[in-house]
Amino acid sequence: MTLLRVQNVSKSFSGLRAVDDVSFDVDEGSILGIIGPNGAGKTTLFNVVAGAMQPDSGSVRLDGNDITGRTPHKVASAGMARTFQIMRPFSSMTVLDNVTVAVLAGGRSRSAARTTAAEVIERVGLDRWRDAPSEGLPTAALKRLELARALALRPRILLLDEVLAGLVPAEREPVMVLLEQLRTEEGVTLVFVEHIMAAVMRLSDSVLVLNLGQALTSGPPQEVTRDPRVIEAYLGEEPGSAEA
Amino acid sequence: MSVTELPSTAAGRALPVEPWNRHLLAIGVLAVVLIPLPLLLPAAQGAVAVRVLIFAIMSIGWNIMSGFGGMFSFGHAAYFGLGAYTSAWLLVEHNISPWIGMAVGMVVAAVFGVVVGFLALRYRLKGAYFALATFAFAEMLRLYASSSNLVNRASGYHVPLLPDDTSWWFMQFEAGSPNYFWIALGLTVFGLVVSVLFLRSRVGRFSVAARDDEEAAASIGIPVMRCKLVTIALSAAITATAGSFFTQYYLFIDPDLAFGSSVSIQAILPAVIGGVATIWGPVIGAVVLGPLSDVTATLLREPPTFLSFLQGRVGLDIILYGILLILIVLLLPKGVYGALRDRWARR
Amino acid sequence: MSHPSETRQTSPSDPAQAGAPRTRRPVPWLPVLTTVALVVAAVALAFVRSGSGAVVTQAVLAGVLIGGIYGLLAMGLTLIFGVLDIVNFAHGAFLTVALFLTFWLVQSLGLHPYLALGVTVPAMFLIGFGVQRGVLSGAMGKPLQNQLLITLGIALVIENALLMFVGANPRSVALPGDQGVQVLGAVAELSNLFAFVGSLLLAGGLFLLLQRTRLGTAIRAVAANDVGAQMVGIDVRRIYALTFALGTACAGAAGTLVAPLVTIEPTTGSLFNILAFVIVVLGSMGNVVGALVGGLIIGLTEQLGTLLLPSQSPQLSVFIVFVLVLFLRPQGLFGRSA
Repeated sequence: MTLLRVQNVSKSFSGLRAVDDVSFDVDEGSILGIIGPNGAGKTTLFNVVAGAMQPDSGSVRLDGNDITGRTPHKVASAGMARTFQIMRPFSSMTVLDNVTVAVLAGGRSRSAARTTAAEVIERVGLDRWRDAPSEGLPTAALKRLELARALALRPRILLLDEVLAGLVPAEREPVMVLLEQLRTEEGVTLVFVEHIMAAVMRLSDSVLVLNLGQALTSGPPQEVTRDPRVIEAYLGEEPGSAEA
Repeated sequence: MSVTELPSTAAGRALPVEPWNRHLLAIGVLAVVLIPLPLLLPAAQGAVAVRVLIFAIMSIGWNIMSGFGGMFSFGHAAYFGLGAYTSAWLLVEHNISPWIGMAVGMVVAAVFGVVVGFLALRYRLKGAYFALATFAFAEMLRLYASSSNLVNRASGYHVPLLPDDTSWWFMQFEAGSPNYFWIALGLTVFGLVVSVLFLRSRVGRFSVAARDDEEAAASIGIPVMRCKLVTIALSAAITATAGSFFTQYYLFIDPDLAFGSSVSIQAILPAVIGGVATIWGPVIGAVVLGPLSDVTATLLREPPTFLSFLQGRVGLDIILYGILLILIVLLLPKGVYGALRDRWARR
Repeated sequence: MSHPSETRQTSPSDPAQAGAPRTRRPVPWLPVLTTVALVVAAVALAFVRSGSGAVVTQAVLAGVLIGGIYGLLAMGLTLIFGVLDIVNFAHGAFLTVALFLTFWLVQSLGLHPYLALGVTVPAMFLIGFGVQRGVLSGAMGKPLQNQLLITLGIALVIENALLMFVGANPRSVALPGDQGVQVLGAVAELSNLFAFVGSLLLAGGLFLLLQRTRLGTAIRAVAANDVGAQMVGIDVRRIYALTFALGTACAGAAGTLVAPLVTIEPTTGSLFNILAFVIVVLGSMGNVVGALVGGLIIGLTEQLGTLLLPSQSPQLSVFIVFVLVLFLRPQGLFGRSA
């Protein structure tokens, strides 16, 4: 069944159309990857869906509920969690406290919150950092912290903003394994924006390609990456963006 | 340190203990230890002790909003003054007990804080703008009080002296009575306990998270505006109690004593010196600053020969406040308690 | 700290182009015209309230004249903010120092008050330089609170040092040959007029310095982009110190010009301090022209306020305007929305 339905979303900044009439659906339990060259509007679309920005037109529906333009905290309460591309830990707190806050925000009782948080931390493989201050953690650990915080909300759908950016290839593998596990074992629906093709190919059930703010095409990853329009859109990009 | 394989985790590794009960215990012990203090101190020092506690209460209140909540207030005199004037007005005009006056003052200050905070946050004032807005509101209250007939204009209020000297109901005792100290101690304990419970609570943790990163907090479902307003309300209420007590202790209040910028500064200094956003920082800072005025006053009354030109002058204490403030901000930005706590953690 | 983007009526942030002919940012007509309309409305209301054209004219004249000095003071403050990003709470205290220095020069050396400018301006410049280099440079780049607190500490020290060493007795400085002069149907003291003219001249001088000299260009470059400025070889630390010194010199000049008009006490500067902050916000933080315009507006507000709200302190109207500006247009008259 369709969990997320985005319809005809447009967003302009000072006359520049960053997102132009984009629509897509995400089925429950599936994984959608959003790709596109730099400046294609991925981040703007992401922010609109996640409630960080108001669209000029269009709608975002989560499980039938219209969440268009709702503030981020209402969007989170509705069951949509997101991560940030630039890591944003609560720097005065330990990793455990960071996740505990998220658990509490999800409505759990205070007594159970810490144990639940510890479990989530274990789940994402952050256990060795559990009691460390979140400030000064290495990038890979911070990425997992972002994930842990988002998962602590027990969201119906998880939006990931370039979750693999800043990780060296060796660090990416465990994160991808984790994301796969989240889908198969816990049925989490994922929408992720990503530059790294290998990840997109491997994880996505379906891929949406954006270019110059418009939806170029969408479909299964194999089809999309063979589409000549997509290849052309990416021509002129540095070779690194299509790396394996 | 590589995270290339999922590390094995020891099943059921114990969660670290949270410090709340330790803090509450320390508060209790401190309170008990300090109870005999006014009976042991000579009268002059007894007054200093009360002044230390007033500073502490004001700063504990300030710290809730500005330290834990991250909303730097430059106008806490507004809440102090509202507490002071509310209880004074109710007492002088309507003969209502200052205890009730204090409670009402807390509500008045909290409401005022929430209104100002709502406007400021709704219009997205941050940093310097927010601080200046808080200052502006405190100044406006001072100016208004100075010319308003409702509250006796610039003359302020004298607390009427009771014929039989002592009354708990009217919070008035003979000069130098230890009861004043004990009441102030009770209010300080109250403020500290509120701080601990706040930090332990949902809304407190949410506020600290919002302080650390507002956008991230919102994205995990924290109702940031609501939490900030609750934080401001608590902060205002605690500081207001200091105002009400001040009026009863010094038996007088006027617009400058209530709403003046020096009051706002007195709310800020102890926390900065002791450690902003720590529970004990404001207390330690108050202990440092409170006696300073007295020490400098004594020094200026009878200075040693090489400083004889200073005889009879005023202002040295505030100069020292200023120098101390600069030194702490430059050298020990986390304050005395904050620096000690970091040292301890690193052992 | 986040604040509405500052704007100066100067070139884009590429410091290498700072010397080339530049396109000026267009004047924001809507807020300017709205402000003019509001001022006119306020004058009209004051006329209705007081029922006397002479009274209103007097108020307008007084407001504009003092507004010039306010503007000069605020220019210094906004310059400091625009370049160093520091909210300088000690600005008013520096003005007080200049007041006392002027008093001492007039009293013990018999100097004409305006000749004192020749001493106070360089003296305050040096003091500002020293303070920035000595104390404030340690706090550059730290959170806003730190700088606020340090400058607050400096203010406390200055004010109370003056109190302790010079005493609280009010003093005054008289302008020899001071008399009332007829201006457009109202009367102004010569001292007021000279202060106004002097302020405008110095403000103009500062503006020319910023626009036409190498130093000014470097300052504007650092204000626009300090990293970029560093990369084209500008000694940013020196610019910070010089800018702070320049701003403090403005406070010094304002102090000397205003000396014949006020009672000289250790606390005199603190009132000017808060007015300067209001003006800086009104005129947009970092905008030097805005500060001057803002000064005139606030001067008018103060005077018209006494007519519109007769039983209240004149500062109350200023604060009401301040709060309205903070909420409705925090970027000031000349800024853009963040």
